[in-house]
Amino acid sequence: MSDIQLSNSGQTAADEPDGGRTPVRFRNPGLPAHRHRNADVDPRAAKRAEHQVLAMLGLSALGTIFFIVAYFAVPLDGTFGTLQLSNITLGLGLGTGIFFIGTAAVHLAKTLMPDTEMFDERHPQRGTQEERDDAAAIMVQGGQESGLGRRPFVLGGLVGAAALAPLPAVVLLRDLGPLPGDALAETLWDEGVRLALDPSAEPILAADVTVGSAFHVIPENLYESEHFLDEKAKAAVLIMRVDPGVVQYDAEREGWDVDGIYAYSKICTHVGCPVALYEQQTHHLLCPCHQSTFDLTQHCKVIFGPAKRALPQLPITVDDEGYLVARSDFLEPPGPSYWERG
Amino acid sequence: MRTLAARRRHPAATALLLLMALLVTGAAYTALVPDRADASIAPTVEDALGDADRGQDLFLANCATCHGLQAQGGTGGPSLIGVGASAVDFQVATGRMPLAQQAPQAPQKPVVFDDQDVADLAAYVAALAPGPAIPEPGEVEALDDPEAIATGGELFRINCAMCHNVVGSGGALTQGKYAPPITSDTENRHIWEAMQTGPQSMPVFNDDNISPEEKQQIISYLDEVNTTPSPGGWSLGSIGPVTEGLFVWVGAMVLLIGCAVWLGAKSS
Repeated sequence: MSDIQLSNSGQTAADEPDGGRTPVRFRNPGLPAHRHRNADVDPRAAKRAEHQVLAMLGLSALGTIFFIVAYFAVPLDGTFGTLQLSNITLGLGLGTGIFFIGTAAVHLAKTLMPDTEMFDERHPQRGTQEERDDAAAIMVQGGQESGLGRRPFVLGGLVGAAALAPLPAVVLLRDLGPLPGDALAETLWDEGVRLALDPSAEPILAADVTVGSAFHVIPENLYESEHFLDEKAKAAVLIMRVDPGVVQYDAEREGWDVDGIYAYSKICTHVGCPVALYEQQTHHLLCPCHQSTFDLTQHCKVIFGPAKRALPQLPITVDDEGYLVARSDFLEPPGPSYWERG
Repeated sequence: MRTLAARRRHPAATALLLLMALLVTGAAYTALVPDRADASIAPTVEDALGDADRGQDLFLANCATCHGLQAQGGTGGPSLIGVGASAVDFQVATGRMPLAQQAPQAPQKPVVFDDQDVADLAAYVAALAPGPAIPEPGEVEALDDPEAIATGGELFRINCAMCHNVVGSGGALTQGKYAPPITSDTENRHIWEAMQTGPQSMPVFNDDNISPEEKQQIISYLDEVNTTPSPGGWSLGSIGPVTEGLFVWVGAMVLLIGCAVWLGAKSS
């Protein structure tokens, strides 16, 4: 209690919420008594610490030498085995060489260098009035010598030029464009475009798609487009064949499948990962990124996970030669939602 | 307990605690990391011309409870008519069938039947209706041709990697189901049969989707990734950047905290 000055402003202790136990102000307790280290009082401990520092430095030197030896000793013959050995030995050598210089320095500082507490009082940072007046005078004199006060057009020109200078940065924002327009909603799929195997672009015969199959599909004309990876990112499709009657009947989607062959966009409506984990017994499609699950039997409705919209279905039919073809583009934009999609 | 409490300010206590934290983290990681499936698989059924009559007896004794007396399917198991010898060889010779219990997925387990039994069962099921046959050993041999391996890798990434992981380490599906890892212990023949027959959750990849030549290229790719040593040292199960990042993050964090504690501690 002797270090603490209790409230004495006329209030009684009972007036205060905590019964007067909180002091009005704390006194600076000062530094604790200096405790001498073993190495300060025991010459043998000091000698031991010195040896420890020397041992660490020696270890560091060994690591450096080990690096140089390993550099020449480990042959690199182009196989993974020697590359691995080389990486490990070089890394160990270099790491040991540098790490133990650091530990030796820290150990030296902690055990043998003086550890007495030192004070450095803060001093006021404000300059003297004389210094401040001098500085202000220099500014005023500079302003007068520039002559801008007497030459208003130069001053105006300076302000104007400085105001224009940041404009190129604004103009460069144009490079973020052009706006995508319909590009996000339109894909290469169109009436009569054949469904083809990814990556060979071989067209697919409807008869080849057996029940339980899953084919990874691209438009047959994919490689004709200039930026075919951009197009593939929108047009990638998965087709699956299921037994008749497995998928719920929906009058709006009448004729969009070919004898149980269903084509759906492979791009997740959440953030656009490929939804290609098809479980042929449950007819679930799983997105590996965030576990959104789509149910083929309910027209790829979302049954689990963060996706909000069902996968868009690609209406398909067969052409004269029996190949699978699209009946139209997707009727809604594939992939993740975006601002203008509404 | 009292001696333990008395030593809690011992200089080694911090180091000991850090070591224990590291051990606990390591143990938890080991416990949580997915197991590699143990594929103890019987040798190939080359020239296994099975005896369909004996196969029928085996079938009635071991399989008919679920698959029906005429293999027409029942409450527990699907119809086997038309699945072919390939499906039987995959399911029985990897130990998935007979099923031990109803579960989300039939796991791989020690094989119950010997080669002749498997061949007989396959012959019986193949005799019921035409279906995919067991591939010839030459068809499933891993090629050492860089072009075949590269093409196989592309096909694997397009058709298989989303479930089986890009180097075949396996992965999770929905509701307890999973795509098993494909390791160097997995028989090439079974990789082929899985593609051809689409066991359990796996879709079918018939010869019109992935041609026999392409199937062999996929097998060659898997053989390549399974026999290539990990150049970084420890593969950590090859299950992607998350484990690798976590491992480095935890290890580096412990090292940094250890250094910081040591720097701040006053010398005794």
